[in-house]
Amino acid sequence: MPDQPAPFLRIDGVSKTFGTFQAVKDVSLTIAKGEIFALLGGSGCGKTTLLRMLAGFEEPTAGRIWLDGQDMTGVPPWERPVHMMFQSYALFPHMSVAKNIGYGLKHEKLTKDQRMARVREMLDLVQLTPFADRKPHQISGGQRQRVALARALARQPKLLLLDEPLAALDKKLREHTQFELMSIQERTGVTFIVVTHDQEEAMTLADRIAVMDKGQVKQVGAPGHVYEHPDSRFVANFLGSITQFPARVSSVATDRATVEVPAFGATVETGLIPGLAAGEALTLAIRPEKLTILREKPAGLNAIPGEIKDLAYFGKDSLYRVILPSGELISVHAVNAKREDNRPDWYDKIWLGFEPASAILLRD
Amino acid sequence: MKRRPWFLFTMLAFGFAFFYIPILSMIVYSFNGSRLATVWGGFSTKWYASLFSNRQVGAALVLSVQIALISATVATILGTMAGLALARFTKFRGRLLFTGMVTAPLVMPEVITGISTLMFFILMADWVGWPGSRGFTTITLAHITFSMVFVTTVVQARVSQSDRAIEEAAMDLGSRPWQVLWDVTLPTIFPAVLSGWLLAFTISLDDVVITSFTTGPGNTTLPLLIWSKVKLGVTPDINALATLIVLAVGAGVIIAGIVLNRAEARRARDERLAYRANE
Ligand SMILES: Nc1ncnc2c1ncn2[C@@H]1O[C@H](COP(=O)(O)OP(=O)(O)OP(=O)(O)O)[C@@H](O)[C@H]1O
Ligand SMILES: [Mg+2]
Repeated sequence: MPDQPAPFLRIDGVSKTFGTFQAVKDVSLTIAKGEIFALLGGSGCGKTTLLRMLAGFEEPTAGRIWLDGQDMTGVPPWERPVHMMFQSYALFPHMSVAKNIGYGLKHEKLTKDQRMARVREMLDLVQLTPFADRKPHQISGGQRQRVALARALARQPKLLLLDEPLAALDKKLREHTQFELMSIQERTGVTFIVVTHDQEEAMTLADRIAVMDKGQVKQVGAPGHVYEHPDSRFVANFLGSITQFPARVSSVATDRATVEVPAFGATVETGLIPGLAAGEALTLAIRPEKLTILREKPAGLNAIPGEIKDLAYFGKDSLYRVILPSGELISVHAVNAKREDNRPDWYDKIWLGFEPASAILLRD
Repeated sequence: MKRRPWFLFTMLAFGFAFFYIPILSMIVYSFNGSRLATVWGGFSTKWYASLFSNRQVGAALVLSVQIALISATVATILGTMAGLALARFTKFRGRLLFTGMVTAPLVMPEVITGISTLMFFILMADWVGWPGSRGFTTITLAHITFSMVFVTTVVQARVSQSDRAIEEAAMDLGSRPWQVLWDVTLPTIFPAVLSGWLLAFTISLDDVVITSFTTGPGNTTLPLLIWSKVKLGVTPDINALATLIVLAVGAGVIIAGIVLNRAEARRARDERLAYRANE
């Protein structure tokens, strides 16, 4: 991510309450022009509600939304330069594919020829020209998804909201469509906000992601940053897999800290987080791929003894479950980079090594 | 499991017999040459001939159809609006009262509806001098009010099932609520509106009770005419008239069935083809 451009969309302290239930709590985000931004979170965490407020279907209970410098408060959906691709696609069942795509264009001052040209351009973009005259029930699920996308793009919105755009597709079509979405975004330059609960999809598609939990945004950043530097246990757990242990800081030096982890039966070296003080209780988390399995105790690395409890060999990589002296389990992911017959096996006594910088310290 | 559910079959047979034997015997007796309803006097079509030359029957039929057309159309417009409001605006002041008032006539005995409508017309005539006499207008108004309920119920059921998201999609693409109604909502609920209209039309066409309360001198609808004739004894020309009505209704039902079946079959075939041909 280059340095922050001027915000194109600013969500400022937005909350939404249904009756007594707070679906969205004090969300603030800024999104740059041309960005693909993903909202990621579990079911019911308020992603759709946030999108609906951006589209104008719901008014925020508190807070404001600014789009391109304009306050969106009280602006009805039909006047917002924001289009939405619905989770269910919501195609008009009684109109052909071409009519569906051209529907929004009747509100623009275009001649019939211009309108038809735009529809053709859109059909071309999503490769549906041969299906122009079909009704939505006469095309497949993947094609419906593309019609919904073309319809939302036809009026050239400033902002496109996509609510679980790929949820209804099977795995193969889904991967293919992810790249298609990205290339369409690149060609049109429209700002995308994509809602998903699939973390891999979010990481593949997005320039930046926001992880939501119970109506709140827990963390925002580039996928790589959020993955490597989660700032809460929730985010660490939500993105990828991770093993977490209670820990206590024993001493703090200028560039590293020594942390006592009862589960390891040892102290380990870690990087620093702001305000770290000796005696502080926190959580140490480590991702499976950051650990190395070694036969001998390594020097210059953190080292923990263990015994292999379980393993799964996939060919290019392997997954191990290692039992620690305290009886707790830790996951290790190893890439089988070398051709070797003497791999760690069941009940082998081994050492786990990791760089001080690989350990993540979490307070929240 | 070999045992036949003979009890069910017997009940079914009795049910059908109970329903269709009177209609069949009515059709048979409409071709009766004798003037007496219970004595077979040979095959004849003379009652049909006398029916077609009967001015009174013709006038009553025209009046009934006129009233049914107008009241069904107005009831469909009002009923559709009420159905949309009930299904879509889930929160508004007085919703419960409105729901109750809209659906009460469904369970209200017709006599009560008839009397209260009559009272209303009499009071109105007293206070504002309208309606001066009862007849076409008052019957039509009464039919509108009570057949509207049926349209409302049918439309409301259909709208609550339909996907709210397609209306939001239209709004999102720049259409104001009225335009959304016209472009998206009405076309998708059109079958329900049409069946609501047909329901209102038939209810109006065969109503006796409410019509008899709200009619005035010289305004005899077909059901009223039949009713008053039957009071003097069933004559074969009434059988002939009823037979014609049964045939008309039967033909309508069959045609509607064929049209709907065709459309459904075509849709199913398209869908199958789409899934096979794609990807
Ligand atoms: N109109 C409403 N009235 C009351 N509660 C609502 C309403 N809309 C949403 N909610 C509640 O708000 C919460 C957030 O809903 P939302 O649809 O935004 O979740 P989501 O993150 O999109 O979930 P999913 O991934 O399952 O789609 C849920 O608990 C939901 O029950
Ligand atoms: Mg959702």
